[in-house]
Amino acid sequence: MLKKLRIAVSIIFFTFITLYFLDFAGILPEWLNWAVKIQFASALLAFNFGVLAVLILITLLFGRIYCSSICPMGVFQDIVGWFSKRTGKKKKRYKYAPPKNILRWSILGVTIFLFIIGFPAFLGLIEPYSAFGRMIVNVFKPIYLAGNNLLSYLFSSFGNYIFYHVNVSIISIFSFVIGMVTFFTIGFLAWRYGRSYCNAICPVGTVLGFLSKFSLFKTRINQEKCNSCRLCAIKCKASCIDAASKKIDHSRCVNCFNCLNICTRDALQYSLSVKKKITVEEKNNGRRQFLLTSLASIATIPTAMAQEKTGLFVTPEKSSARETAIAPPGALSVKHLQQHCTSCHLCISKCPLNVLKPAFLEYGLEGLMQPVMYFKKGFCNYDCIICSNVCPNGALQPLTIEEKHATQVGRVVLRWGRCVVRTDETSCGACAEHCPTQAVKMIPFRNGLTRPVVDTEICVGCGGCEFICPVRPHTAIFVEGNNIHQEAKIVIDEKNKDLIIDDFGF
Amino acid sequence: MNRRNFLRTLAISGAAFSLKLNSGMDVFAQTIDASSSGPINLVAVLGGEPDEMFKKAIAEMGGISKFIKQGDKVVVKPNIGWDKTPELAGNTNPKLVSEIIHQCFEAGAKEVTVFDHTCDDWVQAYKNSGIEAAAKAAGAKVVPAHEEIYYRSVSLPQGKRLKETKIHQAILDCDTWINVPVLKHHGGANLTISMKNLMGIIWDRRIFHSSDLQQCIADVCTLDKKPVLNIVDAYRVVKTNGPRGRSEADVVQPKGFFMSQDIVAVDTAAAKFFNQIREMPLDHVKHLANGQDLNLGTMDIDNLNVKRIRM
Repeated sequence: MLKKLRIAVSIIFFTFITLYFLDFAGILPEWLNWAVKIQFASALLAFNFGVLAVLILITLLFGRIYCSSICPMGVFQDIVGWFSKRTGKKKKRYKYAPPKNILRWSILGVTIFLFIIGFPAFLGLIEPYSAFGRMIVNVFKPIYLAGNNLLSYLFSSFGNYIFYHVNVSIISIFSFVIGMVTFFTIGFLAWRYGRSYCNAICPVGTVLGFLSKFSLFKTRINQEKCNSCRLCAIKCKASCIDAASKKIDHSRCVNCFNCLNICTRDALQYSLSVKKKITVEEKNNGRRQFLLTSLASIATIPTAMAQEKTGLFVTPEKSSARETAIAPPGALSVKHLQQHCTSCHLCISKCPLNVLKPAFLEYGLEGLMQPVMYFKKGFCNYDCIICSNVCPNGALQPLTIEEKHATQVGRVVLRWGRCVVRTDETSCGACAEHCPTQAVKMIPFRNGLTRPVVDTEICVGCGGCEFICPVRPHTAIFVEGNNIHQEAKIVIDEKNKDLIIDDFGF
Repeated sequence: MNRRNFLRTLAISGAAFSLKLNSGMDVFAQTIDASSSGPINLVAVLGGEPDEMFKKAIAEMGGISKFIKQGDKVVVKPNIGWDKTPELAGNTNPKLVSEIIHQCFEAGAKEVTVFDHTCDDWVQAYKNSGIEAAAKAAGAKVVPAHEEIYYRSVSLPQGKRLKETKIHQAILDCDTWINVPVLKHHGGANLTISMKNLMGIIWDRRIFHSSDLQQCIADVCTLDKKPVLNIVDAYRVVKTNGPRGRSEADVVQPKGFFMSQDIVAVDTAAAKFFNQIREMPLDHVKHLANGQDLNLGTMDIDNLNVKRIRM
C-alpha cells in the first residue's frame, strides 16, 4: 500500500516536471511550476523558507520522502533500476553496502566551501534537480522535438498544421557533454547499484539523510521476528539494510517501501518509534532544535558571505564584440545570477525564441552553463516574461510586463562605419524596424536614404537590432551587456491630434 | 527627361503587350490592356469600415469570382509581422482578412490558406494580431512560416540584384493568391505597402537588407506567380516609428482602402494617400520606381481608370 502510494506520487512529480521542461509550445498550465519550485536546492537558493521548512518537517516526520518521490533525479534512477530489473538476465539483487560517509560528507563540504568562495557552479553540477534538468534539455528534448517534427511532417502532408516544425540543435556543446555524462554516469550507477548517487554524491541526499536519522516514522526491523534471511536487503536499492545485524541505516533509506511486503515473517514495519521512544525524542528536542538552527545557518551563511565576495576567477574569454555577457531579464546583475543559478536550464528550455543558451566562459568559470542571452536565432520579445517567471531559484526574479519594459539588460552600440547605409548607400533600417522602443531609429540621411541613430537611455537590450542586422560576419549594431541591470527610461508618447483625411491624395 | 519618359512608356506598353498569358495572370493582362473607359484598374475607398470598403470595391471590380475560380486553392497573405494588437496597426486589419476569405469561399475556393513570415515571435504575432482567430473562424487554414523547411528555392531571372530566393510553399503550391498589406511608415524603405509585403513570403530577409533593399523589394515582385489582387488596408496607419510603431501615438485612423491588380499602381496610390498624413515624396519610396523599371506596373496612376468611392 505504502509502496503503491510512493509510486503514484513519484510518477505524478516525475511526469509533471519532465513534461514541464519539454513543453516548448506552452500547452501546459503555468501552475505546474510549483513542482520545480519545491525542489530542495532551488528553495534554498531562492530563500524560500516556507518550502524549506515543509521539506525539512516532512523529512523529520517521515524520512526522505523528498528523495523518494519529489526529486526527479531520484525517480529517474528508480525508472532505470526498474528497466534493469526487467531486462537483466539474472534476477536483480541488491546487497548491503557500508555507508560512504567520508565521500558524501566531503562532497557536501566541498560544495558548501566552493559556494562560499563564489564558485556555485559545483553545486549546480551535482545538485539533483538541476542535473536532471540539464539531462532533459540536452538528452531528451532533442528526441522529443524530433518526434514533434515527425508528427508535424506527417500531419502537414495531410494539410493539418496542429503540429509545427521546430529547430532541433545542440545549443551548447559543453552543456550537452555535461548532460550526456550525467545521464550515463547516474544511469549506470542506478542500473548497477540502485540509489548510490543519492547516498554517495548528492549533497541534498546527505543533508536529508542526516535529518532522517531522527525522523519519527521509520522502517524498523522487529528483532525477534527477523531471522536475517536477507530477502529485504536484496530488494533494497539504497543498500542500507544490514540483515546480518538486523539494522537499517536510516540516513540512506529513501523510503521506497520495497522491503515491507517482501518479508515472509512480517518483521519489517514502517512505524512510529517503538514505545517510550517518543518521550525520549521529546526530551531530545533541544538537540533537534540545535540541528535545525545549524542547518538553517549553513543554508544562509554561504549566500550572505558570497554576497560580499567577488568571483575568484576573471572572465577569460569574450564573446564576439560583446565585452560583458548579457544576463536574462530578472537576473538583476550577473553576480546575482551567479549566486543563485544552478543551471537547471528551465529558462533556456522555456524561451520561445531561443534567446537563452548555457554559458561557456562568457561569465567566467563561475558561471558555467548559466543562462546567457545571445541573438543568433532570435531576439527577446518585448512583451515576454516567461524566463523570469519560471525560475525556481530566484536567480531570475519574477517580472511583470511593465517591469520587464523598464529593465535594461544591455545597451545598444552602433558601429556606423559598418552600416550598409553608409558603406553601400542603400536603404536598410532592419535594426530600427525591430526596435520596440525606438532606441534605434531612422533619421533622414541623404538622397532619400535614412540612417540609424541610437538612444541608449531607452534601450532594453532585447537584441532585435543585433539579430536582424544583415552585416556579416560582425554586425554593425550589437548589444553590450550591463553587469548590473539598469532601468530603461520609458518614453511616453504624446497622443497624435486626431487627423482627418478627406481626400485621396491623387 | 523626355527621352527617359518616352523610353519608360515604351517599355511599359511593350511589357503590357508581351505579357505571358498564364494561370492567374490572364485577367491581369486584360486590365492592363484596358483603356480608361474600360474596366476599372484601381479602386480607392475612403471613410468606411475595413470589411465594408472591401465589399464596395470588389463589387466595382466585378466581384471576386472574376479573380477566384471554382475549386481554386487560394492564399491570402496579410502582413502579420508584429506582436501587436489591431489598434496598433502593425498588422493587416483582421476584419478585412476575414471578409476576403469569406468571399473567396463564396466564389468556390477549395481552400484558403493564410500565413506570414513574421518578424516577432510568430505564435504571438499570429495570436495578438487577431488574424489567426479571424481567419480560422472564416474557415481558412493558418499555416506556420517560421522555419526554413517551409520554403523552396525559386529563381528570379528578371531580378537585378536578387536572382534567387526561397519562397513559402503555400504560395508556390496555390492556384492563386491575394496580397493584403497594411500601409505603414517604414524606417528603412520609407513606406511598406504591397510590394514590400512580399518580404513576408520569403525566407532570408537579411539578403534584402544587405544588397539594396529597394531593388530587392522590386526584384522579388518579378516572381512568376504574381498576386491576383493587391488589397491595401489603410484603415489605421502607422505614421511614425514604422513599421513596428512604439505606441498608439504612432497610429492615425484615416480609414482608407486601395485595391488593384497592378502592384506598383496600388502602392503609388497608397503612397500619395500617405503623403497627406506625412510628407512622403514618391522618389523616397524607391522600390516603386524600381518596380516600374522592371515592368511590374505603372506609377502613372493618373492615366488609369481609377474608381473613387466615399462612404
